[in-house]
Amino acid sequence: MQPLLEVRSLRTHFELGDGVVKAVDGVSLSVPRGRTLAVVGESGCGKSVTARSILRLVEKPARIVGGEILLHPDSDGEPLDLLAAKDKRLRQVRWADIAMVFQEPMASLSLVHTIGDQIIEAVRLHENVGKQAARERAIEMLGRVGIPDPQRRVDSYPFQFSGGMRQRAMIAMALSCRPRLLIADEPTTALDVTTQAQILDLLQDLQQEFGMAIMLITHDLGVAAQVADEVAVMYLGEVVEQGPASAVLSHPKHPYTQALVRSVPRLGARGQDRLVAVRGTVPPPYERPTGCRFHPRCDAFMAGKCDVTVPTRVRSDEIDVACLLYGEEKS
Amino acid sequence: MVQQTEVMATGTQHEAQEEVVKSLRDHGALPQWRLMWRQFRRHRLALIGLIVLIPIYFMAVFAGFFAPASADTAHTELPYAPPQRVHVSAEHGMFVYGYSSTRNQETFEQTFTVDKSKIVDIGWFVRGDEYSILGPIKSNIHLIGPAKAGEAFFLVGADQSGRDLLSRLIHGARVSLSIGLVGVFASFVLGMLIGGISGYVGGRVDNIIQRIIEFIMSVPTLPLWMALSAALPGSWGPLTRYFAITVILSLIGWTGLARDVRGRFLSLREEDFVMAARLDGVSRTGIIFGHMVPSFASHIIASISMAVPRMILAETSLSFLGLGLQPPAVSWGVLLEGAQNIRAVATAPWLLTPGLAVVVVVLAMNFVGDGLRDAADPYK
Amino acid sequence: MLRFVARRLVWMVITLAAISFVTFVVIKLPPGDYTTTVIANAEARGQDIPDSQIAELKRHYGLDKPFIVQYLTWIKGVVLHGDLGQSFAWNQSVASLIGNRVLLSMVLSIASLLFVWSIAFPIGIYSALRQYSGGDYLASFLGFIGMAVPEFMLALVMMYIGFRYFGQSVGGLFSPEYADAAWNLGKLLDLISHLWIPIVVVGVAGTAGLIRITRANLLDELHKPYVATARAKGLPEWKLLLKYPVRMSLSPFFSTVGWLLPGLISGETIVSVVMSLPTSGPLLLGAVKSQDMYLVGSFVLILSTLTVIGTMLSDLALAWWDPRIRTRFQKG
Repeated sequence: MQPLLEVRSLRTHFELGDGVVKAVDGVSLSVPRGRTLAVVGESGCGKSVTARSILRLVEKPARIVGGEILLHPDSDGEPLDLLAAKDKRLRQVRWADIAMVFQEPMASLSLVHTIGDQIIEAVRLHENVGKQAARERAIEMLGRVGIPDPQRRVDSYPFQFSGGMRQRAMIAMALSCRPRLLIADEPTTALDVTTQAQILDLLQDLQQEFGMAIMLITHDLGVAAQVADEVAVMYLGEVVEQGPASAVLSHPKHPYTQALVRSVPRLGARGQDRLVAVRGTVPPPYERPTGCRFHPRCDAFMAGKCDVTVPTRVRSDEIDVACLLYGEEKS
Repeated sequence: MVQQTEVMATGTQHEAQEEVVKSLRDHGALPQWRLMWRQFRRHRLALIGLIVLIPIYFMAVFAGFFAPASADTAHTELPYAPPQRVHVSAEHGMFVYGYSSTRNQETFEQTFTVDKSKIVDIGWFVRGDEYSILGPIKSNIHLIGPAKAGEAFFLVGADQSGRDLLSRLIHGARVSLSIGLVGVFASFVLGMLIGGISGYVGGRVDNIIQRIIEFIMSVPTLPLWMALSAALPGSWGPLTRYFAITVILSLIGWTGLARDVRGRFLSLREEDFVMAARLDGVSRTGIIFGHMVPSFASHIIASISMAVPRMILAETSLSFLGLGLQPPAVSWGVLLEGAQNIRAVATAPWLLTPGLAVVVVVLAMNFVGDGLRDAADPYK
Repeated sequence: MLRFVARRLVWMVITLAAISFVTFVVIKLPPGDYTTTVIANAEARGQDIPDSQIAELKRHYGLDKPFIVQYLTWIKGVVLHGDLGQSFAWNQSVASLIGNRVLLSMVLSIASLLFVWSIAFPIGIYSALRQYSGGDYLASFLGFIGMAVPEFMLALVMMYIGFRYFGQSVGGLFSPEYADAAWNLGKLLDLISHLWIPIVVVGVAGTAGLIRITRANLLDELHKPYVATARAKGLPEWKLLLKYPVRMSLSPFFSTVGWLLPGLISGETIVSVVMSLPTSGPLLLGAVKSQDMYLVGSFVLILSTLTVIGTMLSDLALAWWDPRIRTRFQKG
């Protein structure tokens, strides 16, 4: 069965005055149908830019310079390359097939339009329904995401909502056209911990109800562990490891993922298992390390190999990993 | 310690960009002034503005040397004499033709024609009117002028009393260009002080100060300036008047700057590094001058640079109306007062050249200010 | 909304009180008072006024009372009877002198405001949407020039061009045949045909400033996440730009009145002097030069009052336009 969305060698670069920053440089990943893929990585690794590139939402000075983004609407039909699609076709895909939820619920909703207005707009854009029907859909969706008194709140402005309510409204808007894929870009980062858990629960409930796939961008391995079926780990603009969440998070293959997992605090951990931060710092954006990009910080660094050879993706157990340690086992 | 204030970037694209930029800064470790200069240089108009302004200010400082004559040397027989063209010949070297004037017997209007029989030799570094360089040192050497001191030499024409407009323009630059700086300095002190108090103390004090600022801003400035300058005693000398006008202009001009400073203070107060300094037990003044002021100095410099041309325009307008500086003081506004009469302008359009000077200087200053403002946010 | 209006009204009254006080201080600033002028005038005619008469005058005008009492008497006269005091130079009541002129000043200023809006917003929006295009550079450059040229220079140049090449004076608001005529359609058309030059001249600086502000505001908004949301929703580009960022960036449309109007009145004052328009400008200048302080003060008072009222109206309009401001005051 085809995955819902395949990203192949996506490259998105920032063309700044004094050079090119390769924020996304050869990202490949796939989003399974009806499941949740969590994309994790440190800030600056390019995960948000990847998410935005999928709907071609990047703006100057960023530019998508290469790759393919294949949407398979049906499990065995012809795929649609979103990067090659005409603007009009792309606009049809947006929201109807792939919707997005952003990090800052306050900033990603217009403050001078009512919530209802913004949802109705989306519905009527993609479906041939009347004003009243669209409004009812909006109220229904607001109720579905747990906003109390939706008949009244539909006419409220976003700034009259609390942070958590705003994100719920945003989710209601995202799901108003029943998309096949919901891209959630750090949807809970700006919220407090309790609200964060509620929103994640809500997303899982809605996924069961509507059956859409979720691509969750997060820097928080805990969040990924809580909701993800699959995990993709990004480092310096590429995916270094993708596989089932249980496998990747409990038995990571890539030394970077291993270091990340070690750096997360765990309940019930013993005193001697001290938290270990990932060694070193992220290298400057204009100079990517040669060979494996992680080699200057890697504990398993092999001189003369890792700094020369660019690792290719190989399969080890159920996991796709780009690391020279696993070079021999061909998939 | 150099801290860069950051504009709250929301949204993932900007966040991603911000991160790129932040790591650039961490790794590049360029000092802020160098970043500013690098950014400033890239602003081509700002660079042009700077290149225009530097020689103009230089000329204003050494006005006596650059001007062919003193500001009030008059050739009363040559009112509104038109500009002369410089000719060069093997026989005479550099020279201009003199004037011959005829008076229309009915209208008494005087017309000038170039008189090719009168040749006025001119040269570089000639002796002429005496002037003082920076105080007590006297000299009478002029960059360019008539070889024989006292002959009429009007490169951009003469005014109604037959005074050389170019010389008056160069002398007038001193007042016009300095009043902007002095006035802005005064409003800067007021604005920093009041805006700083407003922003740092906050609360009720802030509220009251903001209301006062709103109040001042809601009054049309020109009528108020006019009213205040009407209250100046007519007996005051040019220097006192100069300072009085400066005070009047800056009394009204400080509000914008105060708002700017306040805004910066308010946003900085919440910044982590200020909190850290406070927790470290740094004193209030220490926090303000050691941490907060350096971090918004670049913005303040930028807004000051935008205030200078506004001051210059204000002085020019007031003096043009005859309410600012008054003769014998010379400023571009005072010179333009002579152009109030449209008939005079029609016969002697060169009377408008001081206006051109104002436009050029203000334009250049706005360019520089724009460049500085961009440079103050090197990563924006 | 009512609450908001009430608050604004209270604040306006306080502002006006403050303005009137400052005005009175300015009126009283020059040394001497009304009697000094009377004595000087009498001496100029070779007369001599006995001290008793001077004391009588002082009592009549309340000049022997403390400053604050004088102020209260004056402001009472202004508010209750529209009595703005006496013009020394014209020997007339100020109110009778300035009525029509202030009206024309306001007509000119408001017309300039409309001109500024109608030019600056479209250009500013275009500039931001087509950032770094040729048109953007042209608009920015013209904007810079507009800000650098003082209004009176522009007026002078216009006058010069009119005089030199069309052989006519472009000053004044009426052709000679209409100057003293009663109002009729012809006079109105004549007024409009004269008015556009001062409107453009007065409006240039404000237009330049507003283009820059609109452009900067819109550029700020263009990259906000809510625009990305709208784009992600699949809205066509021009539609989403107009509905979201442009609408957001238009809030200054209203808040500009606060700073634009004082600037326009200042510009109008000086341009009227140059072009000798029968507005408050030339009369104010004359009053300032002859230290006719009641006349000067009245102009400051009236022009400021009108500005404050204009600003308040624009604040109300802003509240109508921007729900954030409207609702802030709903709960108090």
